[in-house]
Amino acid sequence: MKTLRGMDEFVGTGALIRLILRRDRVVLPTWIVLPALLALSIEASFAHLYHTPTLLQAFANEVASNPAEVALLGPVYAPTLAGITAWRWSMLTVVLIALANLFTVTRHTRTEEESGRRELLGSTMVGRYAALTAVLIVTGVADLLSGLLVAGGLIGIGFSFAGSCALGLSVAAIGWTFAALAGVTAQMTESAGVANGIGGALLGLFYLLRVVGDMGAYSGLSWLSPVGWMRFVRPFAAERWWIFALFIGLVIVFCVCAYMLAARRDLGAGLLPPQLGPATASPSLRSPFALAWRLQRGMLFAWVTAFAVMGIAFGYVAKTVADQLSANPQMLNLFAHMGPNVGPGYGFFTLALEIFGEVAAAYAILATLRLRSEEVSGRAEPLLANAVSRSGWAISHLMFAAFGPAFVLTVFGLTAGLTYGMSQGTMGTTLLRVLIATLAYLPAVWVLAGTTMLLFGLLPRVASFLSWVVLMVCLLLDLGGELQQVSQAVLNLSPFPHVPKLLVSQASALPLVALAVIAVAFTLVGLVGFRQRAIG
Amino acid sequence: MFFFMTSAISVSGLIKSFGRTRALDGLNLLVRTGEVHGFLGPNGAGKTTTIRILLGLLRADAGSAQLLGGDPWRQATQLHRRLAYVPGDVTLWPNLSGGEIIDLLGRLRGGLDPRRRAELLERFELDPKKKARTYSKGNRQKVALIAALASNVELLILDEPTSGLDPLMEAMFQQCIAQERKDGRTVLLSSHILAEVEALCDRVSIIRSGRTVESGTLAQLRHLTRTSILADLAQPPSEIASLPGVHDVQIDGTRLRCQVDTAELNEVLRHLAALGVQSLISQPPTLEELFLRHYQANPRASSEPMEVSR
Repeated sequence: MKTLRGMDEFVGTGALIRLILRRDRVVLPTWIVLPALLALSIEASFAHLYHTPTLLQAFANEVASNPAEVALLGPVYAPTLAGITAWRWSMLTVVLIALANLFTVTRHTRTEEESGRRELLGSTMVGRYAALTAVLIVTGVADLLSGLLVAGGLIGIGFSFAGSCALGLSVAAIGWTFAALAGVTAQMTESAGVANGIGGALLGLFYLLRVVGDMGAYSGLSWLSPVGWMRFVRPFAAERWWIFALFIGLVIVFCVCAYMLAARRDLGAGLLPPQLGPATASPSLRSPFALAWRLQRGMLFAWVTAFAVMGIAFGYVAKTVADQLSANPQMLNLFAHMGPNVGPGYGFFTLALEIFGEVAAAYAILATLRLRSEEVSGRAEPLLANAVSRSGWAISHLMFAAFGPAFVLTVFGLTAGLTYGMSQGTMGTTLLRVLIATLAYLPAVWVLAGTTMLLFGLLPRVASFLSWVVLMVCLLLDLGGELQQVSQAVLNLSPFPHVPKLLVSQASALPLVALAVIAVAFTLVGLVGFRQRAIG
Repeated sequence: MFFFMTSAISVSGLIKSFGRTRALDGLNLLVRTGEVHGFLGPNGAGKTTTIRILLGLLRADAGSAQLLGGDPWRQATQLHRRLAYVPGDVTLWPNLSGGEIIDLLGRLRGGLDPRRRAELLERFELDPKKKARTYSKGNRQKVALIAALASNVELLILDEPTSGLDPLMEAMFQQCIAQERKDGRTVLLSSHILAEVEALCDRVSIIRSGRTVESGTLAQLRHLTRTSILADLAQPPSEIASLPGVHDVQIDGTRLRCQVDTAELNEVLRHLAALGVQSLISQPPTLEELFLRHYQANPRASSEPMEVSR
């Protein structure tokens, strides 16, 4: 009797799986094949650049002696083509596959509840656990497929069977971990945005634990992080299969938590009881901008906090990096070629800033896309049917796309400059130089925000999707440039390569001005388009 | 010229297509200043599309629309200062309280009357402290209604404003609209609740498939419909079916049942009187019949829209 009632809670899972497959029929296959495509293209470029074992060994030595690379991507375990491909591919894929799983699970659980669609489904023959189970099955199978494609592709080009399988399985394991994690965060809050935020913050934390762990001083920290475990599998370098037991254990723990929470709570509710608000609006809530501030401030604070933590950590790590590099005359020589007075610490920061500049662009896109989500949900309509002009409303949110990243990058520059400057004993100049170099990324970030506004104004239906595609293309161009797979002309399509690396080279204002002008032009065209088109 | 100055909304020949679907197909609508105008039609007839064009959220493909003497697309922002709108499907910001949203919408319109706000909160029994995510459909509707009614505006555009309200609140809403009319405000009321339309509206427009099929006062519309007749006569009414305006004839000996166009009623009664009427029951058309007739697919609707107000 008890089992029968238990099974009832899963009724409808099959139907919901088909619904998920129908709704995600484009996105799901995209992220399933992406890790395999990345792996093959990385393999191809390394095979082209380092075509003898000697060259590969030299490259591996170079990475091992460069703590900046070790910090960002982890150590190279095997100086072979397979080992180096696995090294370059893993950390990139972790972020991709973890976010894909987080967003997919949240989209089919908490977003459905928040929008009220789950209520309609819940009244039909759909059990309490069906939605969670359906999305966990879909993501679980998708992750496995993704891993199989990676393994199959690498075996196909002649990599070792065991290593390819270990690498493929590691991406599946990361996917399962973050899908199960999202299953838990989706139960905890009433808002899908907050659920994704918590998941994203944990991904950042896990990545940071691995960075600090791989820097050597506290190597135990990597063991606290699934991102660290992925490297510890050591594909192509005496694979350690038992690591997968850790992943499976963690996935089981997360799943048990998710189902326990799902069993106890009411539909639509989170863990915290809803709070009462004020009966009257504060006198300041009287403009579209005041409303935009209310709607965007949570996200802004979250990003500022995340960047402050990252800044402190990277500033701190930079000192260790610099010390290790200083003991390596070959690397010092390399940095000397980059420009006059290039310290090893600055070289490290230059690499880190490229990444954080692109992450800040993701925030700018999110802040701009708030316009679209307000429009789609119907909340823009009562405002625009009020004495609020379309431009006024759009600009109220664009302020956050413009000044939000400025704030976030300033905080990163200040915290990173502060911890690095303190450890160097050259507080004043270091702080200032790191801050200015960070802010140099602002115009490039604005170009992405401008592109998003352009799409919102002219192609509203696909604006959200295309905005993320544009950022993705920029990231891939960046990788292609690093691996010398893409010509400089193509590379120049992305705004990021134009940003002057102020810590290691001469300042030049022209590219910054040009990027800012492009960003403003895109935004203006987007605004004009938005004023002309239908709402909704 | 005088004619236009006294119309709050005047729309003629409005056309709007979404892809291959023609949502509005030459729609006409005239709302006079100071009247409560019922805007009726089956689901998908184009009511909300018309309202969204009037609010400048959509641009019409062809035809003309005048709102408070201005162009609803080009002068949207200035015109919106003088009107308040309640959407049919109210979505609110989940993390703002009801009170905050009422204040915000009112202030964006140029301020709202705090005494009226307090009075309406009490009458509609809405707790303004609750976060919008916890409100039911009816309570979300109340937030939008209170924000609109507490504003000092000339024109109210209400798109099925009572669809989530309970009967008590519905009665409260009717009182409020009656008061608005007394204060000289113009109301465009899209509604499916016939009792509400009958109680509140001075004139109504019925649209179907993007066209206006009827427009006028309820009395005038009634005039266009049929009266049902049940009569016992002295002799069988054999020729009755050939008279103009007589429909659905059933003859059972000397007993006659039929439907008569109200315009032809006098002629038909004269004919019956000649046959010798022994008993007669006549029923005027109910509002339901009136609307059902217009809502259902009807060949007459495909002919020219009828304007009976003049």
